[in-house]
Amino acid sequence: MAEKFDAIVVGAGPSGNAAAYTLAKSGLKVLQIERGEYPGSKNVQGAILYADALERIIPDFRDDAPLERHIIEQRMWVLDDDSFVGTHYRSDGFNKPPYNRYTIIRAQFDKWFSGKVQQAGALLICETTVTDLLMDGPRVVGVRTDREGGSIYADVVILADGVNSVLARKAGFRPELDPGDVALAVKEIHFMPEEVVESRFNVADGAGVVIEMFGKITQGMMGTGFLYTNKDSITVGVGCMLSDFKAQQCSPYKLLEEMKAHPSIRPLLEGGEMKEYCAHLIPEGGYKAMPQLYGEGWMIVGDSGMFVNAVHREGSNLAMTTGRIAAETVIEVLAAGKACTAGNLSRYRAKLDDSFVMKDLKKYRELPGIFHRNPQFFTDYPELLNRAAHTMLKVDGIDKKTKEREIRRTFTRKRSLFGLMGDAFKLWRAFE
Amino acid sequence: MHIVVCIKQVPDSAQIRVHPVTNTIMRQGVPAIVNPYDLFSLEEALRLKDRFGGRVTVLTMGPPQAEAALRKCVSFGADEAILVTDRAFAGADTLATSYALAAAIRKIGENEAVDLVFCGKQTIDGDTAQVGPGIAKRLELQLLTYVSQVDDLDLAQRAIRVQRRAEGGVQVLQTTLPCLITMLEGTNEMRFASMDNMFRAARAEVRVWNREQAGIEDVARIGLKGSPTVVSKVFAPKAKEQKAEMIETESDQPRDIALTVVGKLFTQHAKLRGGLAKKLA
Repeated sequence: MAEKFDAIVVGAGPSGNAAAYTLAKSGLKVLQIERGEYPGSKNVQGAILYADALERIIPDFRDDAPLERHIIEQRMWVLDDDSFVGTHYRSDGFNKPPYNRYTIIRAQFDKWFSGKVQQAGALLICETTVTDLLMDGPRVVGVRTDREGGSIYADVVILADGVNSVLARKAGFRPELDPGDVALAVKEIHFMPEEVVESRFNVADGAGVVIEMFGKITQGMMGTGFLYTNKDSITVGVGCMLSDFKAQQCSPYKLLEEMKAHPSIRPLLEGGEMKEYCAHLIPEGGYKAMPQLYGEGWMIVGDSGMFVNAVHREGSNLAMTTGRIAAETVIEVLAAGKACTAGNLSRYRAKLDDSFVMKDLKKYRELPGIFHRNPQFFTDYPELLNRAAHTMLKVDGIDKKTKEREIRRTFTRKRSLFGLMGDAFKLWRAFE
Repeated sequence: MHIVVCIKQVPDSAQIRVHPVTNTIMRQGVPAIVNPYDLFSLEEALRLKDRFGGRVTVLTMGPPQAEAALRKCVSFGADEAILVTDRAFAGADTLATSYALAAAIRKIGENEAVDLVFCGKQTIDGDTAQVGPGIAKRLELQLLTYVSQVDDLDLAQRAIRVQRRAEGGVQVLQTTLPCLITMLEGTNEMRFASMDNMFRAARAEVRVWNREQAGIEDVARIGLKGSPTVVSKVFAPKAKEQKAEMIETESDQPRDIALTVVGKLFTQHAKLRGGLAKKLA
């Protein structure tokens, strides 16, 4: 006799763990199925943990979660070939507990999170792939796995199966991923002594720095680079739209190699030993690429539902939040003695619309398209900006007025007056 | 029939490296797995169970986290899992380990007599291949190592016939139960666990025995105290400093290439020339 659960969660990443934890904590009978050998074995992220999203699920997570460094300083670099113009924001306010965000190492963090899920009472089965959703007419009634006797039933199935979401695609809940809607990111972790990390980035006592980068490092492709400080390692990576990689015939690892060789980045990695290299797809299509998020007996959470705010590099917090809200919706529906029909699950969407998740994604809905159609934001402007800084800062007997005129001329020569105005308008629309 | 399979949780040696400076083994972040050689023995035990009925108990001695390895074995189809764990076992070599495991098997046998014990051929972390034979000796079991196939098992006659890989051929051996078998690698393939067994493993209660519960009284024979083996030094062999030399040839004819290479060898190793010349003469 096949087992029946209140809910089946497919996947043990941040969204799946948030959903399974919330459901199990409320006393529901929850099964979580993970394809990897253990939770975290297949999961890749930058990785920054935003405390708020997790705090709403596990308020005392700081007591035992494996956290690397809390972030007290954010640098934003616009890079040319051998220079950068940047801003730093550093605040002692970020250096006072409870800290707002942390760097983490996902293999360790996911293991911890999954432990919490299991303690809450969910049953976790790993190394098992869900191959199909079991249907009863239009209704999802369970899942079929790749194992003998693998049919399992539940009132609701929550798809937390990640960016590729083969399941949602197979079931027709989501179209095939468009290469213009996903970024391919690669990263490396370089290990070095804790003291080196701290002296190199001017931090102490578990504090850390993040550097977000854009400009020539992506070689004209739409994308960004990043560098995060961990306890005794540094994560460095770069990501660009998959369609751009394809069009430019560019290898991601080569792009990262060249970025690491940039004269402003290389000294930060000096002496480190590279121990980890990973790559992952990031759904960056945003609001416009979002699929239907719920239906008869099913819901989509996390990357699978395109919940990534590419501008602010937020993903795992959206994943956790959508997982939690999906679970809370199910808890309410079941507590009211109702069935998990599309009508009853529609509250999930309503709650998301009301939260920062949809509000933020909606705000930037035009951004992916605008940046994608206008590569000058990743090539011409970083170059112009850097050249302008160089011209102004170089002391060479030329008066400042002439320098200013020269800078203005380089801008109009490169983009024309109309071009500049048009770009300003596009930027305003993108960030409106 | 009651089969006990001894397993060990080991670091996945494919992912271990030696620290270039300190020469110590770097275990950080290396996943723990069931010793791969043990899986051939477990699968053979499960096949015997499928054919002849009975029960399979998996047993390990190790730290508390070794429970995960036992659970994995339950997912493949083992009926029961026992973890023998105690701080007193820390630092055990193969002598002390086989002493503790033998005691635990004796204890298991008090409830239900043990007909067969399976062990892995060796572990991938220690590579000694001593624990299996050590258990057999202590329990006075017939010992069948490097078994490639179990041909026949006659429970009424208490007889077993196996094929054993030996140097230069295969031995067909027959002996009586109870006996201890270590399987050769590659002789079978671990099954893909059924969904029911996955559920059973996730919910299984692994029995945890401490020293007393495993029936061990003599503390001088376990752990560091009971281990005469001393690791005096661990080192990674140095790469040879000699560099490969590319030999250029002017012609691409095989004969000319061969002559150039042989000529080069003879100029560098004059002695070789003398010996070879003598032989040719």
